[in-house]
Amino acid sequence: MAELIARPPCQGLLPLEIGTTTLSETDAGVLTSIMPFKGQEAALSEALIAAHGMAMPAANRTTGRAGIRAIWFGRGQVLLIGPSPHEALAWYAALTDQSDAWAVVRLEGAGAVDVLARLLPIDLRATQFKRGHTARTELMHMMASITRVGDQAFQIMVFRSMATTLVHDLKTAMEGVAARR
Amino acid sequence: MRITCPFCGERDRREFYYQGAAVALERPVADAGEEAWDAYVHLRDNPAGVTKDLWYHESGCSSWIVVTRNTVTHEILDCTLACDTKSEVSI
Repeated sequence: MAELIARPPCQGLLPLEIGTTTLSETDAGVLTSIMPFKGQEAALSEALIAAHGMAMPAANRTTGRAGIRAIWFGRGQVLLIGPSPHEALAWYAALTDQSDAWAVVRLEGAGAVDVLARLLPIDLRATQFKRGHTARTELMHMMASITRVGDQAFQIMVFRSMATTLVHDLKTAMEGVAARR
Repeated sequence: MRITCPFCGERDRREFYYQGAAVALERPVADAGEEAWDAYVHLRDNPAGVTKDLWYHESGCSSWIVVTRNTVTHEILDCTLACDTKSEVSI
């Protein structure tokens, strides 16, 4: 049997440090989309608390912490990031393995909001988009998931096939913000 | 143009895909007759004023949204989930 070598989506492209912001790749671990069956939302949330210590997040919100997080991922869909899903979750929801299907990066630093303001059509200022808030939106025509994971840190996800474009767009925006400082 | 998604809040038009008039929510019964089905499949109004469209929040939460808007003033009057609207329509 051939030995396969895992290759991260942004290999050779990251990390980057430009001006006051850094961009790095996150090894997110196992990604699982959780889509609750009709009427099973409450039972699923209880099961998630019992299995992974966090409730199902409300729309535009996340639960959990770094390394083990549940983020709202669209209508009727939550993405579990980090651990393999406990089998009990499958009683209440459709679970789909999404590992390696998404490029996950972390943008951090004093100008992070200014960088993202060049790419996203939503308000990411700290008063509007607090730690633990998440959004599905578009980043330069790519479907993206944005989560504030720190005071000046964001997790950005796009489809793995778009990793190079994501890094290119973020790098251009980071250079633009740095040049104006 | 800004559309208020019931889940995501007010978002830019670029996040949405336009499907067309919201006729899919008023599908005739199978034996409604040729005239009703002809109108459902082929005939569309082109109102100068209030109209209802289906929009898909493609880059956002993937909801189908019924948007009531005014084609003259470009005012958005109402945005509701298509799944909620559909359940109210007798089929």
